[in-house]
Amino acid sequence: MRVTAPGTPLLSVRDLSVSFRTEAGLVRAVRSVSYDVAPGEVLGIVGESGSGKSVSSLAVMNLLPGHAEVTGSARLNGQELIGQSDDALSAVRGSRIAMVFQDPLSALTPVYTVGDQIAEAILVHETVSRGEAMRRAVDLLHTVGIPNAAQRATAFPHEFSGGMRQRVMIAMAIANRPSLIIADEPTTALDVTIQAQILDVLQTARRMTGAAIVLITHDLGVIAGIADRVSVMYAGTIVETGSVDDVFYRPRMPYTLGLLGSIPRADAGERQPLTPIEGTPPSLINLPTGCPFVPRCPMAQDICRREEPGLLPIAGREPADTQRAACHFKDDIEQRQLTSRDIFPAPLPSSDAVRSVPREQRQQMLVVQDLVKSYPQMKGAVLRRKVGEVRAVDGVSFDIREGETLGLVGESGCGKTTTIMEILNLGRPASGHIAVLGHDTARMSGAEKFGIRRDLQVVFQDPMASLDPRLPIGEILAEPLRAHGVAPERVSARVRELLTLVGLRAEHVNRYPAAFSGGQRQRIGIARALALEPKILVLDEPVSALDVSVRAGVINLLERLRDQLGLSYLFVAHDLAVVRHIGNRVAVMYLGRIIESGDVDEVFDRPAHPYTQALLSAIPLPDPHKERARVRIVLKGDLPSPANPPSGCRFRTRCQKFANELTEPQRQRCIDESPALLPRTGSPDHLDACHWATAVEVL
Amino acid sequence: MTDTLQPDGGPAPGLQSGTASGSGAQAPLEDAAASRLQLVWRRFLRQRLAIAGLVVVALLFGVAYLSPYLGRWQYDQLDFTAFLEPPSASHWFGTTQNGFDVFALTMRGLQKSLVIGLLGALMATALAATVGAFAGYFGGAVNTALVTLIDLLMVLPAFLIIAILSPSFRGHTWLIFVVLLAAFQWMVTARIVRGMTLSLREREFVHAARFMGVPGWRIIFRHILPNMASLLIIDATINVSSLILAEVGLSFFGFGVQPPDVSLGTLIGDYANAALTFPWEFYFPAAFLVILVLAINLVGDGLRDAFDPNAQGHH
Ligand code: SF4
Ligand code: SF4
Repeated sequence: MRVTAPGTPLLSVRDLSVSFRTEAGLVRAVRSVSYDVAPGEVLGIVGESGSGKSVSSLAVMNLLPGHAEVTGSARLNGQELIGQSDDALSAVRGSRIAMVFQDPLSALTPVYTVGDQIAEAILVHETVSRGEAMRRAVDLLHTVGIPNAAQRATAFPHEFSGGMRQRVMIAMAIANRPSLIIADEPTTALDVTIQAQILDVLQTARRMTGAAIVLITHDLGVIAGIADRVSVMYAGTIVETGSVDDVFYRPRMPYTLGLLGSIPRADAGERQPLTPIEGTPPSLINLPTGCPFVPRCPMAQDICRREEPGLLPIAGREPADTQRAACHFKDDIEQRQLTSRDIFPAPLPSSDAVRSVPREQRQQMLVVQDLVKSYPQMKGAVLRRKVGEVRAVDGVSFDIREGETLGLVGESGCGKTTTIMEILNLGRPASGHIAVLGHDTARMSGAEKFGIRRDLQVVFQDPMASLDPRLPIGEILAEPLRAHGVAPERVSARVRELLTLVGLRAEHVNRYPAAFSGGQRQRIGIARALALEPKILVLDEPVSALDVSVRAGVINLLERLRDQLGLSYLFVAHDLAVVRHIGNRVAVMYLGRIIESGDVDEVFDRPAHPYTQALLSAIPLPDPHKERARVRIVLKGDLPSPANPPSGCRFRTRCQKFANELTEPQRQRCIDESPALLPRTGSPDHLDACHWATAVEVL
Repeated sequence: MTDTLQPDGGPAPGLQSGTASGSGAQAPLEDAAASRLQLVWRRFLRQRLAIAGLVVVALLFGVAYLSPYLGRWQYDQLDFTAFLEPPSASHWFGTTQNGFDVFALTMRGLQKSLVIGLLGALMATALAATVGAFAGYFGGAVNTALVTLIDLLMVLPAFLIIAILSPSFRGHTWLIFVVLLAAFQWMVTARIVRGMTLSLREREFVHAARFMGVPGWRIIFRHILPNMASLLIIDATINVSSLILAEVGLSFFGFGVQPPDVSLGTLIGDYANAALTFPWEFYFPAAFLVILVLAINLVGDGLRDAFDPNAQGHH
């Protein structure tokens, strides 16, 4: 660790601005950003896509493309980084500042082994022998938790899973004991349990090297757990900064307030209405004068349009207080102690009329029983032959009753997408049954299937990909109507009705999907699904592709529509917080099976299966106090291949209970016998698939 | 060319630099599809050669169809006072040994060649699009049957078959000849279309349409083919010149357009021997052929670059 005089910042960024010239005009990606990073501290930078959070850090590293115009200053221990030649900076990069990217595959060279690459990173900055460098590389891989480090060091990047690759990146980043690590969305592409592992490794790396970390992310939960200070970026500039506690518990800039109020909480028992921030982040081309948040801010006054507020301390605080907010009315918010619900209009709580009827008396809308879907595994390039099969879905059962939402959750590769595709295909499953509104799909004729499609509709994850870019949205919405023979004179009226229903303007029928923002496009996707007045909606990760601030609006819309139109949802998601918010029931999948299901509150408050427990404990909560006090269950390793699942309980290779708590004979049972999905915790409705299930509170 | 093409969709990459999701609802909303076409058009205009090509094609069209009013002679008219005359004020391109006016003949040939090229290209591309998309979308038995057909046609010697068949449609309309030419021109494109359909079929908007109950053929014509419009446009353009050349080749050997009608091909075939002795008989039609094919190829290249900004790597 380098010695720095106390109080002097390690990295000091002043008036950093970055702009790009494009065909459309000058993009001011970063506007006059200043911040300090003290030695050993963790600074979180949060913002949505396009807020400039990544660009500002890339500028510090001088990693922007040549046509970027960078002005201002960034000093590392007093040494200026901006405007330096690449040569001068390469001595700094890697040795004193290291970077961890979102996508480690593109940051690692595919043709060298990871051991070689780490050794190379050491050799560039230090004069040691190759053997010594290699030995240290293996040590580092071991430190970041790569099993069999010596052996894995000789493997190539593509032979690692996403999480393991990110570990390699971290090993490489700390190879030269840098004093600053910039981590740019290091866990965004990863599943939640893997994210927990990586954040853990990042903490270890920090403890070992004493490096300061700049953690760039869009996830407030991640920041709450690991950062000391946080800066919130919006439209290319910092709009609020301060200690984590200040910003999370006493936000004074409406955007921060709205952001915090718009995220669903996995630990919130009674449903809090989410406060959506209407609109979308502004375009950075030709940004108007004044506060960039004006179009979305319910508090905006004339002065906001005239003058952009500076990032200033809050009146009445102690001089040592470091919180700064960029809002003309920050002091007002402070004095009146406004919360997000005071500023942003929250929707009225919806009625539970349908769901007040006991569950057993409500109609079964969708029943899936022992569903199996397998893919043949092929081998050979010329003569392809079947060598086995992968059971992507292996005996899944659940039912959805009228008016309720079933959240189907699990990490990538668990089979949730395959399950819904099987349902939507309305085909005859290889084994098991699917019944939509009481009709078994295996016995349906073509005409019946066509008819049932009216009642079963779908909303996809990526609103860009699910709308045909070549058709105006009016045509897109008319398509299901025409396909089902709705009279032409009714079509255009219905299209307008649908647009209004999802909160869009009916005049926009002639616009093309590209003219809409992500959140608006998802509303169009929802409108299309509702065109035929279906009874069941399959929602495939409907908000995960959206920016944090617009998610809340879409979630609220889905809730409102469900209760207003009496819909039932099958809600597929990997984000458990969203499921807790919107779901009534939840089913957790692991490796093609449901391992726990039941009422949402029951499962979240008293999870019985070790996997559910780990999953819940891995969710970062946007609450610094809680987050610091929590003990995480960090799962070992990656998901096993579905082609070759472990015998007995499929989770046993990663099960913390199996590893730490069970006795030998108990373990044997896990290995020999596959646990059935049964009620084991007393409540008849709460099922789990663990021989040794005990309900534990983890949130 | 084929490997740089992807299914279109979304704003062109060049539009998105820097702002990520920046251009939101507050930004002046513009008609994105129109702006994409505008962008393509702007990129096309930036290429001088392509514009020159387009202008030349238009001029050739104009002159070919206006020629009956321009020159004093019609293509089937004989001037008994002028046999084998070199170019002169009354016979701009000279005359043949029978007294035909070479300018009128060339223009008539140009008309035929243009029509054959355009019509044939349209048919070939339409066929390729339909067959390729059906094979790719439906898969299974449909795919096997269509792919077999494609492979079969690919190995058949097109030239030979048309040559063999040509006596049987002698005396019938030359349109049959165009159909035959097109029938041997679509297979490669069909394979490309099939490949692109396979990937488009997995796109969510196609799934969405399917789950709404939209029939397959409708999905193909509404969602799949429009999303490869750029490929099809480029393909059609390139087909124009290949078909013109194919017609020339066949006519040269006497299998194409039948007398008294002429095409550039029959003219070149008939007067190739005269290239050294009476050069005007040969060189005028040949020059027009070269100019026409060159111009169309320039337009095709320009379109390809305009649709695919990565093809040339400018900015
Ligand atoms: S300055 Fe005005 S517009 Fe900006 S956040 Fe504050 S109140 Fe809202
Ligand atoms: S059955 Fe055994 S291995 Fe499986 S989850 Fe329970 S304790 Fe873990």
